[in-house]
Amino acid sequence: MRAAFRQGIRHGIPIGLGYLSVSFAFGMKAVGDGLTVLQAVLISMTNLTSAGQIAALPLMAGGASLAEMALTQLTINLRYALMSLSLSRKLDGSMGTLQRLIFSFANTDEIFAVASSQPGKVGKHYLYGLMLTPWIGWSLGTFLGGAAGTLLPVFVRTALGIAIYGMFLAIILPPARENRPVRFVVLVAVALSLCFRYIPGLNSVSSGFVIIICGVLAAAAGAWRFPAEEDAA
Amino acid sequence: MKWTVFLPYLAVTAGVTYLIRMLPLTVFRREIKSRFIRSFLAYIPYAVLGAMTFPDVFYSTGDLRTAVCGVAVAVLLAWRGRSLLTVAVAACCAVALAQGFLLLIP
Repeated sequence: MRAAFRQGIRHGIPIGLGYLSVSFAFGMKAVGDGLTVLQAVLISMTNLTSAGQIAALPLMAGGASLAEMALTQLTINLRYALMSLSLSRKLDGSMGTLQRLIFSFANTDEIFAVASSQPGKVGKHYLYGLMLTPWIGWSLGTFLGGAAGTLLPVFVRTALGIAIYGMFLAIILPPARENRPVRFVVLVAVALSLCFRYIPGLNSVSSGFVIIICGVLAAAAGAWRFPAEEDAA
Repeated sequence: MKWTVFLPYLAVTAGVTYLIRMLPLTVFRREIKSRFIRSFLAYIPYAVLGAMTFPDVFYSTGDLRTAVCGVAVAVLLAWRGRSLLTVAVAACCAVALAQGFLLLIP
């Protein structure tokens, strides 16, 4: 085995452990929303994304249209397009079209962050090693949560319901603290989301469209008000 | 869920997510010139995650009081820059403790 592959594996282990715990909560929630364990695991194995999968659950349970599902996923996961664009300049000559087609499947927030922080260019052996453990952790955690979630006492299951939101807060709050544009964007998005929950009329808009509208409006407001700050975000 | 209902959803979520990641890595390798578009894309994750977290997090435990305890702990630790795992586990523990405490008071 190549040294670069082993190094990738090593860098992927902490990501995989984090994914294991968060996907446990996802698996539990998916089964609670009426999916089978196998269906929950299939979603995790083919999507490999936290926010998109969480948002998909109420849409599936509520029988949303495929167009709403596609638009919701597009908005929530649009950030990956930026990460792929940025990472594209960091790949060395071993990353031909086939390798790019394989690796792009696993370009998550955390894998992107680790890959971009490597000195110099990165190649296929390192990236294949890096994507392996997080993918296993994400799929395995979903299986465990879906299969064993119902065996846990109610108070443990209730407490785990907040896990995913804890992770979201850990992603958005540190940059919101350091960076005024990010703080502005988060506050606008939260204010809009509250309007769509509590104002009569607005609260009849379905969950997928609420995320799309809040996400696009708040990000556009941020880009209009703070157009030059994108490197800091 | 019935497989005939589930499989189209699976194909759409996986397909859209993959295309978003794959196209910029393979087809469009040029830089985005517009400063507005670049900052818009950079702000999208924070906007989406903010809107997904609030107010849903307050309903995530089935009891507003325990959820508020979990949010308070999560916000405090996340604000201090603790890792994803630490914040998620601490929020769960805070909710569990709050549930135990509520059992003690009538």
